[in-house]
Amino acid sequence: MPIEIDIAHVARLARLALGPDELEIYHAQLGVILEHAAKVQSVPVSGLEPTAHPLALVNGFRPDEVRPSLDRDEVLAAAPEAAEGYFVVPPALEGS
Amino acid sequence: MSDLADLSIAAAGEGMANGAFSAGELLEAVLKRASLTEADLHCYLTIDHDGARGSAHESEVRRREGTPEGPLDGIPIAVKDNFCTRGLQTTCGSQILAGYRPPYDATAVARLRRAGAVIVGKTNLDEFAMGSSTENSGFGPSRNPWDRERVPGGSSGGSAAAVAAGSALGAYGSDTGGSIRQPASLCGVVGFKPTYGLVSRYGLVAFSSSFDQIGPLAKSVDDALTLFEAVAGHDPRDATSYPGPAPVARPELARGAKGVRIGLVKELAGEGYEPAVAEATTKIVEVLGAEGADVVEVSLPTFATALSAYYLIAPAEASANLARFDGVRYGLRLPGDTVEDMMGRTRAEGFGPEVTRRILLGTYALSAGYYDAFYGQAQRVRSKLIAELAEVFGRVDALVSPASPTTAFELGAKTQDPLSMYLTDVCTIPANLSGIPAISIPVATDERGLPIGFQVMAPALGEPMLFRVAAAVERLAGFSARPELATAGVARP
Amino acid sequence: MKWEPVIGIEAHVELKTASKMFCGCSVTFGEEPNTNVCPTCLGLPGALPVPNSRALEAITQIGLALHCQIAPQSVFHRKNYFYADLPKNYQVSQFDSPIAIDGWLEIDVESVTERIRIERAHMEEDTGKSLHQGDGGRIHSATATWLDFNRSGVPLVEIVSRPDLRSAAAARTYAQDLRSVVAELDVSDARMEEGSIRFDANVSVRPQGEEGLGTKVEIKNMNSFRSLERAIASEIARQIEVLGSGGTVSQETRHWDEQLGATHSMRTKEGSSDYRYFAEPDLLPLRFERETIERLRSGLPELPAERRHRFEAMGVDASTARTLAGADPELRQVFTDAIAEGAEPGTTAHWITGEVTAAIRKSPAFRIDGARLAELLTMIDDGKLSSSGAKSVLSELGVTSAGAATVAARLDVLQVSDTATIESAVREVLAAQPESANRYRAGEEKVLGFLVGQVMKATGGKADPKLVNEILRRELA
Repeated sequence: MPIEIDIAHVARLARLALGPDELEIYHAQLGVILEHAAKVQSVPVSGLEPTAHPLALVNGFRPDEVRPSLDRDEVLAAAPEAAEGYFVVPPALEGS
Repeated sequence: MSDLADLSIAAAGEGMANGAFSAGELLEAVLKRASLTEADLHCYLTIDHDGARGSAHESEVRRREGTPEGPLDGIPIAVKDNFCTRGLQTTCGSQILAGYRPPYDATAVARLRRAGAVIVGKTNLDEFAMGSSTENSGFGPSRNPWDRERVPGGSSGGSAAAVAAGSALGAYGSDTGGSIRQPASLCGVVGFKPTYGLVSRYGLVAFSSSFDQIGPLAKSVDDALTLFEAVAGHDPRDATSYPGPAPVARPELARGAKGVRIGLVKELAGEGYEPAVAEATTKIVEVLGAEGADVVEVSLPTFATALSAYYLIAPAEASANLARFDGVRYGLRLPGDTVEDMMGRTRAEGFGPEVTRRILLGTYALSAGYYDAFYGQAQRVRSKLIAELAEVFGRVDALVSPASPTTAFELGAKTQDPLSMYLTDVCTIPANLSGIPAISIPVATDERGLPIGFQVMAPALGEPMLFRVAAAVERLAGFSARPELATAGVARP
Repeated sequence: MKWEPVIGIEAHVELKTASKMFCGCSVTFGEEPNTNVCPTCLGLPGALPVPNSRALEAITQIGLALHCQIAPQSVFHRKNYFYADLPKNYQVSQFDSPIAIDGWLEIDVESVTERIRIERAHMEEDTGKSLHQGDGGRIHSATATWLDFNRSGVPLVEIVSRPDLRSAAAARTYAQDLRSVVAELDVSDARMEEGSIRFDANVSVRPQGEEGLGTKVEIKNMNSFRSLERAIASEIARQIEVLGSGGTVSQETRHWDEQLGATHSMRTKEGSSDYRYFAEPDLLPLRFERETIERLRSGLPELPAERRHRFEAMGVDASTARTLAGADPELRQVFTDAIAEGAEPGTTAHWITGEVTAAIRKSPAFRIDGARLAELLTMIDDGKLSSSGAKSVLSELGVTSAGAATVAARLDVLQVSDTATIESAVREVLAAQPESANRYRAGEEKVLGFLVGQVMKATGGKADPKLVNEILRRELA
């Protein structure tokens, strides 16, 4: 049974500005892969919870202690654009 | 004089301790081997000549002063290029990170430095560790030292090839769906994936957080254990790291297989498995039995759907883990009128097709309306697999299978069909899904002289049993074949 | 058509832990941009989160103070969306298993106590800050955005109420009371003007008597309690207008504009609400021990509502009790000490929330202790000081260590309540003002005020006005 995929919508969600030809190719490939992956639906799993951690560990906290931060120059050295200690990006179209 | 580059870590450590040669000489031998083989094999993306020489020098100083760090002091090793190395290029095999220098070391790297290891450089990989051949690298594939027209496997193909070629005495990779064990198998070296949580993931660029584990590739089971011991143990910077002490396996190496209950996995055989692979597996199982192991066939029906579950969970997690590559704070940035534009174009340009495919797949599997049927379901299948394994491990001490259904395939043979590439992971994936430790040991070659790997799996935290059986397999197989490095001037032992 | 507003409030509280939620970077404010950052809160490749145990205790305390159930097991989720100030392009938050659920907060709305239900409180991390460059710092006309990640990763508690509020005023009261609880627990500075507590409102209207919910609109950017009330009132009016004229309300997010006094629509995002939540694989499930929860519960301080009831029971009027309950601990201590010295609670509370607070606002160095305040109030009671005299004494008490009686004498404001002196002054005045006296006797009540004033003048303003009044009436009769 073919699986419905709105590939353009998926690409938008993933912030991938792909062209129409590329989208078509990925659409087809995803269909094939998902059909194979859909096999999971044939496995009886009633009563089973999703696995959170294979060794069933919990918590893993740390105490509320301050540790040294990174040196700002080293951090901004990797930035494609920076100004006066800030990272700079083009303006946003949408609010958050 | 035999080439120092072909020594095991154990032998090299002894040689330096005896004063037979220095760390500097050892490194030069390895660098020379790299210079002779790199044009052909392209194992490395970055070789850090200065850094390595500096480390080798420091090692020599320590040895002179009588204070060597331990078994890795002065040993030239390679590290996969998805491990953060401070100040040293870390690309993850992707154009989106070309030239990126992290401001921090991964915990595993920091531990290696403290152990006095000499980090030769960063090895090639499938982009963001997604792949089984290294052909998805954004910087060109690596080649198999046994046959340069063939792939070294992936995603830790560069690390496997470097160890096989002698351009590192040992290496580290990461294994998410088999990315250490499968290339180890295809390159005729030992590859080990520890129990999930035993090696810190802090500083390992995440692909699939539930499955990623750092592990060694080495020339022997003993070396693999040494490399594991240097990096294993709880890390407070990784909340998922195992809080207790790492299991101690070394005393088990010499115990032999007598009395061990071994389960041969029924589902990991049959159609799709090369005859030579099937034969080699059977032969090893027989000699294990002859030594006194109690071998039975076991069935794990959920193994048949493990691949499907993996190809839903891993891309889903990857789609979120790779969202941070957006051109804002580091890496590639393409221009755009708006930040949305800039991000969309940067990511479309910076990621290769396999990564793009998996991000789309993962995003879809998580999206509204599809979550329960795909991602949610896959996580439950995972629970079922874990339960099934727990039951089987009540009856056997270890499970065995081939590490890969085939030997090394030709470059380009599977690139047109993503699904066929995914199927190469069928033997290795169950260990990632369940978090159990697994190791691949080279045991034979096929009719073309290509290496065949044998896989051993043990229960979670069962490294002692795992290494016990692995050492027995290594001894019984007596694998001694070496690749003919197609380069003039390479001294063979 | 009568319309009923239906309002829910979402609060975001920044915790004042020493370090961030998932890393050891410091949480201090006002630092140079991008100086409190590390691989984790910057979203660098390879970084991992590790939860702050103190932050988890704090949210548990908040949940307990709000009468919530604390979930025995709770899970973090990734909330996936792309935004430049969200470094990983996902926020570590909680989806369907929050730490605290099903609580309530009682508020007084026009003298009626209402129980506002709290749906949940969950833990998440804050984002970085975007500074939009260009015209007026607003998104729509920006030329670039500057990003500072110091705030990225600061622990945030999100508290969601059920839509139980029925007016803008009630919403304001709820927000203020919630703020008081959080401040009382000392887990956050909770100052709206600093952004350490932020509120969004979900507003809809429906015909009075109907059970169903209308389309809700989210209101953001309310930066004070006053603007919160104004914004919600404005939105209610807007929705009623739209619906009243036959239109429909669109589900959207609107931004409150303080200058314009109105909300305006923010551009809607396509597909924006598909956050693709999944359990955070880099973090372990949280399991809280019974003992820990009980220890935190028994360690809770007296909360503002409890305190308010306690004051009311002492005889303090409701409005003053509310103000005092929410006042600084130092001021409340003054109250406690004063009534321990025998001062009357109602009057004392009045003075503290009124004159004393005003004096402190005027001069931050002002200091009063409960004992001397009690002394002062007793002097008023005994008629030794008029209230205006007492006010002068109070000002002086705040900058000296002398007692009230000493200061009153020094300032020469001690009231004259000696009957003989007043009688003599009254007679003097009556003798000097025969016409006014007659006009009073003829029935002009108002003239009394003038005569009282004359007596006050004659006594240098020190006579007890009550007594003057009394004696004048007697003499005029």
